[in-house]
Amino acid sequence: MSSISCRNLCRTFHQGDEVITGLDHVDLDIEEGEFVCLSGPSGSGKTTLLNAMGGLDTPDEGEITVGKYRVDKLSKNELAEMRLHDIGFVFQAYNLIPVLSAIENVEFVMQVQGIAAADRGARARAILAEVGLQGLEDRRPGDMSGGQQQRVAVARAIVNQPALVLADEPTANLDTRSAAQFMDLFVALNRQHGITFVISTHDTRVMAYARRLIRMRDGRIVADEQQEPHGMAV
Amino acid sequence: MKRGSLSVVSTLAWRNLWRNHRRTLIMLLAIAIGVWAMIFMAALMRGMTDEMMRNGLNNLPGEVQIHQANYRDDPSVANSMAPPAGELARELARPPVAAWAARVRVPAVVASERDSRGVTLLGVDPASERAIGSLPGDIQEGRFLEDEHDRGLVIGRKLASRLETALGKRVVLMSQDPQNDIADRGVRVVGIYRARLEGTEDQFVYAGRAAVQEMLGIGDRVSEVAVTAHDYRAVDRWYPQLAAAVGQGLEVAPWTELDSFLASYLSVQDGFSLVFMVVVFLVLSFGLVNTLAMAVFERVREIGLMQALGMPPSLILGQLLLESLYLLGLGLALGNLLALASIRPLESGIDISAVAQGMEMMGMGTTLYPALALTDMAMSTAVVIVLGLLASLLPAWRAARLEPVTALNTTM
Ligand SMILES: Nc1ncnc2c1ncn2[C@@H]1O[C@H](COP(=O)(O)OP(=O)(O)OP(=O)(O)O)[C@@H](O)[C@H]1O
Ligand SMILES: [Mg+2]
Repeated sequence: MSSISCRNLCRTFHQGDEVITGLDHVDLDIEEGEFVCLSGPSGSGKTTLLNAMGGLDTPDEGEITVGKYRVDKLSKNELAEMRLHDIGFVFQAYNLIPVLSAIENVEFVMQVQGIAAADRGARARAILAEVGLQGLEDRRPGDMSGGQQQRVAVARAIVNQPALVLADEPTANLDTRSAAQFMDLFVALNRQHGITFVISTHDTRVMAYARRLIRMRDGRIVADEQQEPHGMAV
Repeated sequence: MKRGSLSVVSTLAWRNLWRNHRRTLIMLLAIAIGVWAMIFMAALMRGMTDEMMRNGLNNLPGEVQIHQANYRDDPSVANSMAPPAGELARELARPPVAAWAARVRVPAVVASERDSRGVTLLGVDPASERAIGSLPGDIQEGRFLEDEHDRGLVIGRKLASRLETALGKRVVLMSQDPQNDIADRGVRVVGIYRARLEGTEDQFVYAGRAAVQEMLGIGDRVSEVAVTAHDYRAVDRWYPQLAAAVGQGLEVAPWTELDSFLASYLSVQDGFSLVFMVVVFLVLSFGLVNTLAMAVFERVREIGLMQALGMPPSLILGQLLLESLYLLGLGLALGNLLALASIRPLESGIDISAVAQGMEMMGMGTTLYPALALTDMAMSTAVVIVLGLLASLLPAWRAARLEPVTALNTTM
């Protein structure tokens, strides 16, 4: 499901008279089970590309295929269905539903999917323990630090073992140690379950984990290299 | 919809409702007061209508009348009927019939030494008249008839003054017998009654039924049988039973047919209650729509987030409608309780004589008896729920149509 193919993607934004380039003729193929990092300066189009892959935003031009889905052709409901069942998201800025506790946020997607309460409760508890939030299950987002919220978001993205995880700056609020833990967790999930990861980051420590490193600038892919993942020294 | 999604939607709806306590409480109070006003107003109207109906039906009298088929065209003694017997008598003896009275009702003339007036002579059996509630309420002088053999006459105050007669004096009662010959007899005025309307005092005179039958030479025949079940709104449900039981040549008519003014008044009242409720709700709906639109506006980002996570638009819509439904439901519960608490103690009557002179003209007294009815409570509930959800549809629909990425990016 998770092989991704982007053909000639263009996306511009209009702010008043100004035209801002988000994506500029992007061609990209990602195979099932790859572990990819998107890097590039701020404003280079990383978030825009991830949003296009997740069907959160429609490009002006071009085609995107994610597994069996022609993302640019799906209706709102079909997109929701695809995101619900096949993609785990970590967003850059706003991730948690404020009126739900940590564990409820993690369970949210499974609940909408209709997974039985006992099952999803156990899974959510286990994953929260794994990201180091044992004991904080019932905290609301407002009562957690940015790093803790980030962990909840990551836990929610992977709890269901989706085919594809799209993570936008997942380690932004984390210290080096936690960031390393997360990346180890991602790599393990990638190896054991073949989950495809596409992670955008500014962080060179994160890039070090990737087998494939894509650099963007001004909405274009300027480098696309295979590398030997070397992790980070903690 | 899957069970899990239903429970997450209801959790979200309930918690979001209490996110802005103040706003929710104010809206709740507004709905509760609106609902209270709807029910209170309906109860007042119902009380007024009930009383007017009771008075009207007491004069008619009865909720259903049985006549000889030609009687209503020509209410003369020639068109009389035999008293109820057989199957009709059995129907009249069982519920829902609560009481009935067989009476003679003929045009007549009363003459005193000074003057004479055309009247309607009622030959009644006091006991059964009392049971259907058609006795004159207020005997000002003397007494009412003792039984159907009573040979006295009870007349209205107005008639007494027109005839310049008084209690204990003799007058002459004249009418036609079935052969169109004059039947007359001298009688003593044994009672003078007072009615709400002077027209009534002027028109109706009461004599013992047997005495009138004897004077007219009609044996035990009567002009009409008046029947009541003490539930005028339900008459259409039971009068056909009677219609099936009467023999040939008789006609059964419900009050709605006998007095079209009362019937139309009743439907106007029911319609007015509904209109009043809708108007109150329209005022409320501005607040409701505003509250919900604010809620959507404040939550644009999390709505976008939920959509981005794969919550389908229908569930977003459902969540906001449910939130609105919770608010409406709580407001309704509170409003109904308020109504119950405020109307119950007033059911014994509110004296409005100070502000309501002239109400008697409409067949109402100067005391209001608010009547709390389940139908009014149900009607206000239906109005609030149906219109409330309709009003909520627009903001909820807007929310469901948000583009996830635009919503997520909105900075607040
Ligand atoms: N909704 C929007 N409206 C207007 N301009 C936008 C919008 N979204 C993105 N842009 C612009 O598109 C360009 C690419 O933005 P994008 O968010 O993809 O960059 P990014 O690589 O994710 O940056 P960062 O590292 O800061 O997250 C930027 O110039 C940005 O200002
Ligand atoms: Mg970004």
